[in-house]
Amino acid sequence: MSGRFFGAAVTRLEDARLLAGKGQYVDDIDLPGMLHAAFVRASFAHGRIRSIDTGDALAMPGVVAIYTMADFADIAHGPMPPMAPHPLLKTPITYHPLADTEIRHVGEAIAIVLADNRANAEDAAAAVTLDIEYLPAVSDAALACEANSPKTHSQHASNIAATMKAGFGDCAGVFAKADHVLTEHFDIHRGGCHSMECRGVVANIDLLTDALTISTSSQSPYMVRRHLAAYLKRDENDIRVMTPDVGGGFGPKANVYAEEFAVTLAVIKSRRPVKWIEDRQEHFVATTQQRGQTWTLDVAFDNDGRMRAIRGRCIHDNGAYAPYGLILPATALASFPGPYALEALDLSIDVVLTNLVPTSPVRGACRPNVAFLLERLADRVARHLGMDRQEVRRRSFVRADQMPYTTGIKARDGSPISYDSGDYVGALNLVLDKIDATNFEARRNETKRRGKLRGLGIASCVEDTGLGPFEGASVRVTPAGKVIIATGASSQGQGHRTAFAQIAADALGVELEDVTVETADTAKFPLGISTIASRIAVTAGSSVQLAAHKVRAKAIAFASHQLEVGEHDLELDGGAVHVKGIPDMKIKLSEIARTLAGNTGVPLPGDMEPDLAATAYFNSNALTFAYGANACEVEVDPETGDVSVVRYVVVHDCGRLINPLIVDGQIRGGVVHGIGNALFERMIYDEEGQPLTTTYGDYLLPMAFEMPRIEIHHMETPSPRNPIGVKGAGEGGTIPAAACVISAVEDALGPDGPFIALHPISPQHVVTWLDGN
Amino acid sequence: MKAPPFQYHRPQTREELGALLARLDNAKILAGGQSLMPMMNLRVIAPDHLIDINRVANLAGIREAVDGIEIGAMTRQADVLASDLVKSRLPLLTRALEHVGHIQTRARGTIGGSCCHLDPSAEQPAMCAALDAEFVVVGPGGRRVIPAGEWFEGLLQSALGEQEFLEVIRFKPWADGHGYGFAEYARRHGDFAIAGAAALLEAGRDGRITLAALLSFGVEAAPKRLSEAERTLIGQHVDSLNIKPVIAAASALDAMEDVHVTADYRRHLAGVLIRRALNEACTTMRRPS
Repeated sequence: MSGRFFGAAVTRLEDARLLAGKGQYVDDIDLPGMLHAAFVRASFAHGRIRSIDTGDALAMPGVVAIYTMADFADIAHGPMPPMAPHPLLKTPITYHPLADTEIRHVGEAIAIVLADNRANAEDAAAAVTLDIEYLPAVSDAALACEANSPKTHSQHASNIAATMKAGFGDCAGVFAKADHVLTEHFDIHRGGCHSMECRGVVANIDLLTDALTISTSSQSPYMVRRHLAAYLKRDENDIRVMTPDVGGGFGPKANVYAEEFAVTLAVIKSRRPVKWIEDRQEHFVATTQQRGQTWTLDVAFDNDGRMRAIRGRCIHDNGAYAPYGLILPATALASFPGPYALEALDLSIDVVLTNLVPTSPVRGACRPNVAFLLERLADRVARHLGMDRQEVRRRSFVRADQMPYTTGIKARDGSPISYDSGDYVGALNLVLDKIDATNFEARRNETKRRGKLRGLGIASCVEDTGLGPFEGASVRVTPAGKVIIATGASSQGQGHRTAFAQIAADALGVELEDVTVETADTAKFPLGISTIASRIAVTAGSSVQLAAHKVRAKAIAFASHQLEVGEHDLELDGGAVHVKGIPDMKIKLSEIARTLAGNTGVPLPGDMEPDLAATAYFNSNALTFAYGANACEVEVDPETGDVSVVRYVVVHDCGRLINPLIVDGQIRGGVVHGIGNALFERMIYDEEGQPLTTTYGDYLLPMAFEMPRIEIHHMETPSPRNPIGVKGAGEGGTIPAAACVISAVEDALGPDGPFIALHPISPQHVVTWLDGN
Repeated sequence: MKAPPFQYHRPQTREELGALLARLDNAKILAGGQSLMPMMNLRVIAPDHLIDINRVANLAGIREAVDGIEIGAMTRQADVLASDLVKSRLPLLTRALEHVGHIQTRARGTIGGSCCHLDPSAEQPAMCAALDAEFVVVGPGGRRVIPAGEWFEGLLQSALGEQEFLEVIRFKPWADGHGYGFAEYARRHGDFAIAGAAALLEAGRDGRITLAALLSFGVEAAPKRLSEAERTLIGQHVDSLNIKPVIAAASALDAMEDVHVTADYRRHLAGVLIRRALNEACTTMRRPS
């Protein structure tokens, strides 16, 4: 594949509009007669509703209606449909649109208030009085596993929703024969996600037809439509779901949320348009969170540094509901053994319900957890053997000559996971070269003269991308010669429009400015899955390529007929089909499109099918595996415990790059995400399940001041598993970053320092460790 | 995150402001709004009346008075930071202001607002304590002057009466060439510091300390002058200070703890930071020749 645009670092078509403040987000929608919603949310983690009194609140200024779940009984009832049913979950553990009787975490929505503006709605929400029977709550997943623990769902006999297992090989046998065995405990603390735009919904009802129109800040508009249709027992055709501009998703917006249902139900009930914009406080207690896990792992390895087998158990803090089924813990299991060519693996995860906000995939979806575990273990093995960290990896990684490499783990559909291509050792060697690891000790000594401690960290990862089943795209040339792409893949700021335009412009010989991309409007494209799992470049990108090539073939067939020239002698360029070598012998695409759009009574040339357009779906039947190797350097202030990341180098292979600028942006943002996970972001709850860090004063997001310059180098191993040779790039920056930073901190603290098996770490941790505690 | 209902007032003069304060119950003064507005939107506080003093004439400005520098309560932090007069006469204040919030918040935030809000980690009231500033307040009984030593009554609690407003803060600059040092530790640039420290020194021609101010902030509920430790420095030579009593004093403070940080760690930081501030003060001092 090569072309004028594919692979070029063209600036994003989206940016002129977005940077000029002309973006249209959900909150920019203003409909005549629209009401504003605020939710009455639980201020306690566990309890049973005895009664709800809305009388005083209803009488307050501007209030139009207040609904509880009981008020929707004539429309719909019961819990929401599960997004990803799993055989291990006997009954789905999903929310009701508004709480039914039992409340299971702080922030759960109990009632929806509709008023003439949001301030009045909030005033009234505060005036709704609840009579609650308080129940004991559990906020610690390990305690929740104990038999006498309070139950998150009082009807359950146990808080363990499921025990998931994965493995391969003769683990006991390898452990028995290996030269060494070590056991370590890991604690990866819960965090949030925090897209810049919170969630938001505007819904409306057609008073004549009852058809619903919903704009939502979502990664999964088609899933919202599907589940809403099922819940309301309506045809999908009666529900149009759109995603306008979305200010970041990063995973949590892939869920179908109770608020999306509750707002829609309130619209059906009130027959008025309703807007709900999640505020940041709500985001802390009502949008899914991520990554809280503890692991106990044994690693078996030999004297030569070769890691041979891993076994162990995880306690996964699921939170109170499982809207997305078991997808998060399942992803953790499927992310083993990473780049390591293990002989055997034996893992189990207890998925534990707690009275906390539910967890679901956030950028990396537990792949960062697994990278942390594997990379920390590799460093641990090196330390135990007194061996170079890099050497342990070189001896333990899957080699390039082993590709395609079947890991032994099964994918979600039960098929064996097989790495398609890559050179993991090559990536590691390259990143060490780029960060100049050879001369690191000189830099360490220079730093020491300034009273600080310098450390070098390394971490690698493999990432499954391009998750199936499909996305699709239609490509159409208008009679004006413009190209319109429509796809079901929703966009949250990734630059999809630019990337898709690059692909189509190459296929059709037009300029980028001639291409318009419409994303994620169920009225404009019939099917879509979700923008998750680094899958859109692979699935939708390939679909655009397939559809554009169908259109190209049709244009060539048309021109061949009209110009009486063989198809092989034609090419597309400058918005026209012309004879190779004779640019003047051409037919413009606009003319072909005009002709194929039909004229009254005039037959189409060659009896061709009308419309210069085509639709294609790319079925992504096999995952394609991106990978990366990171290295970074930190400076530690031994007195304050401050950790500063001073250098960060990424070597990344996501196959062919559609647009290096966009990929670099993804990686850079991803690394920042991971640095935040390692050093800053810690979502803290007390024993009763009260969240204690619900402002940005207490929940520390990484900010520009604290971020290093991030240097990126690409390797390009084309994927053999899709027509454009790409692999996903959305999460590869995040996955190894926390592991890399922690590795560097441990290196800075020196051989007498601790083995660091947790994150995020705080300055207080560092000071304590340096004190020898 | 919308504030509950409140009545908004916008006086144009000191007299109008004073009359409103005398008349209204549960009123809050809105200066730069960088703390007040989030607190109202989070419904942490719910004043019935909001008195916006941004249009009150002559409450902002920095000027040299007979006996020092006066900074009007409504002077924006950005303007204090940019002031050459402050930089030359009150270099400690300039040094500290670099750590106050971000460019955007300093453009709105005022020195008076910060001194009335009194977050324990706030740099500006802390520097007022280090510099022995005086707070000139106006109330029903007229003007009164509150020395820094009496301004801090507790956590988020100043000596300002309910019917009073802060008019101006008076500073008495230290001698030309005095040493000044500032150190704080925050997780991220612009955050409220976990702890901080400041030091001021004057020495005679012989290099012996004649005047010293040492301050820890963010450690206890209000900024804390380490008066005993200050006295131990007097008469010592600037090149060979015995700083042990200073570190011991800071490390013995009654430190706060919170969800992120233990009291022990805060005390530890207080010791580290006072040493750094003192070292910086020794470095910045220009000896009289």
